[in-house]
Amino acid sequence: MMYDMQTVQHFSRISSRGVFGLALTDIEQNMPDLRVVVADVMGSARLKEFAEKAPEKFVNVGIAEQNMIGISAGLASTGKTVFATTFAPFATMRPFEMLRTQLGYMNLNVKVVGLMSGLAGGVVGNTHYGLEDLAITRVIPNMTVLSPADGVETYKTICVAASMKGPCYIRLSGTNGATPVYKEDYDFQIGKGIVLREGTDVAIVATGSMVSEALRASRALAKENISTTIVDMHTIKPLDTKLLQALFAKHRLIVTIEEHFALGGLGSAVAEYKSCFENMPPQLIIGIPDVFEKAGDYAYMLSQCGLTAPQIVAKIIEAYKNLRGGGRES
Amino acid sequence: MNIEQKAQNIRKSIIEAGHACGVKGGHFGGSLSMADLMAVLFGKVIHLNPENVTQMVRDRFILSKGHCAQALYATLYEYGFITHEQLLSFNANGSDFPSHCVKKTEFGIDLSSGSLGLGLSFALGQALGYKQSNIYVMAGNGELNEGSFWEAAMFAGHKNICSVCLIVDDNQMQLDGLSQDIMPVDDWAQKLKAFHWEVVEIDGHNFEDIETALSRERNKPLAIIAHTVKGKGVSFMEGNPEWHHHVLNDEQYALAMSELE
Repeated sequence: MMYDMQTVQHFSRISSRGVFGLALTDIEQNMPDLRVVVADVMGSARLKEFAEKAPEKFVNVGIAEQNMIGISAGLASTGKTVFATTFAPFATMRPFEMLRTQLGYMNLNVKVVGLMSGLAGGVVGNTHYGLEDLAITRVIPNMTVLSPADGVETYKTICVAASMKGPCYIRLSGTNGATPVYKEDYDFQIGKGIVLREGTDVAIVATGSMVSEALRASRALAKENISTTIVDMHTIKPLDTKLLQALFAKHRLIVTIEEHFALGGLGSAVAEYKSCFENMPPQLIIGIPDVFEKAGDYAYMLSQCGLTAPQIVAKIIEAYKNLRGGGRES
Repeated sequence: MNIEQKAQNIRKSIIEAGHACGVKGGHFGGSLSMADLMAVLFGKVIHLNPENVTQMVRDRFILSKGHCAQALYATLYEYGFITHEQLLSFNANGSDFPSHCVKKTEFGIDLSSGSLGLGLSFALGQALGYKQSNIYVMAGNGELNEGSFWEAAMFAGHKNICSVCLIVDDNQMQLDGLSQDIMPVDDWAQKLKAFHWEVVEIDGHNFEDIETALSRERNKPLAIIAHTVKGKGVSFMEGNPEWHHHVLNDEQYALAMSELE
């Protein structure tokens, strides 16, 4: 795949779920054992072309998520590489037990793709938000958990996931028109976070849709004389502990940002790891508060949940100033 | 050895394994009710044996009523998939043969089960993944309470997946007692037929009926509703819901084994 500007813009227009369908359609011809199982989301996942091109590789189970995972597990047990998809809450919560028992416990080669995760559902409301999918998938042994930052990274994630063995949850966040993080090709490896900017004061570890917000926040923080390192932590499990150790050693404050409940996701994963060591920098966990907000459009919801760049900047400035002895040399 | 004797041997192994694990106990009732079905399936019908068990080209057996793993282990022992020592490791700490079975393809165990209502979906996925094999799913009547079962049943009928044969061990009981008092799935035959299944009802302890049903040519997904007796073959267990899961003491063990001679 050539990641030229035209492609990057196209990916942004069709959003991460559109890129997902596109990527599978592109790799299909080189993967005789690929199977795609959907729960009535062929159109939403941009898989119509795939279904027409390779009907023998496509199964639509209707609105039956438990059956979707069970069938996917059975397919995987016969040597197939299976992608199973529906909207994130329905892909993870309704069939959670099947994810745990049939994919994790049996270590089967199924990639579950949660569409429109986070708050991307906007006015459709809390039933359709993916607020806890990272929390509940990362507790499953054998499960790899991925959360790409934009269209290019979604494309790369799908391609890499297709070539790995074992169960995987891929969380697709953001809406169409999202600001691209990547505008050219780069090295993407599962379990290796990507340092997008190097700074000295605060390390911001973001995932999914929040990576572009973190970059925006970083520019504003620079004007406040706070130097930030920005990391795209696209893999929630296995966590890139080597990179985290380097961040802990060099920064006075660690910030995690995710469009997910502040409980149980990336922030929790980083804090769990950090809690094993002495003399670590404090951590500010920025995520969705522990309430069900009344629904509104995507921009409104981000604002309600404190996830816009200016809100992130304000939180970081406050936390930084409250560090023992105040901010750096201040 | 005739098939009746095989079935009795399977029953004896169920008792032996369940006794060997001592106070950990076993699921005797539902294991004994399916013993005749297992004897015929493995002895006369399914193309699955210790030689082809890890190959792609083979039939598949899915134990959906995973709490009756004891019956599966007894059958696998009877037909040479596992050793006597392995059978007697039932419920031992760290064993490959726990109360609810864990996927071990080399032993003939394709599904980790125990949570009910999941076997049929898995079997349908196998049927889609490898079309040349027959897949036999053993379910209990109680697990037909699960919504996930009906999602799978609807799919099988819609896609007309004929390679799947569902056997329902209908012993009319579940954990809390009689199904008719707890959650009867009245007239499954009509319900499954409405989902485009072919349904046959048999006496699950009549060897000829079992073989005829299992060997039937299929133009639709086939459900065999096998009317059985929970605890069949051991007088004090028959029809007694207490033996769904219970500890077998030495006296009871001796009595059970003598009745199965």
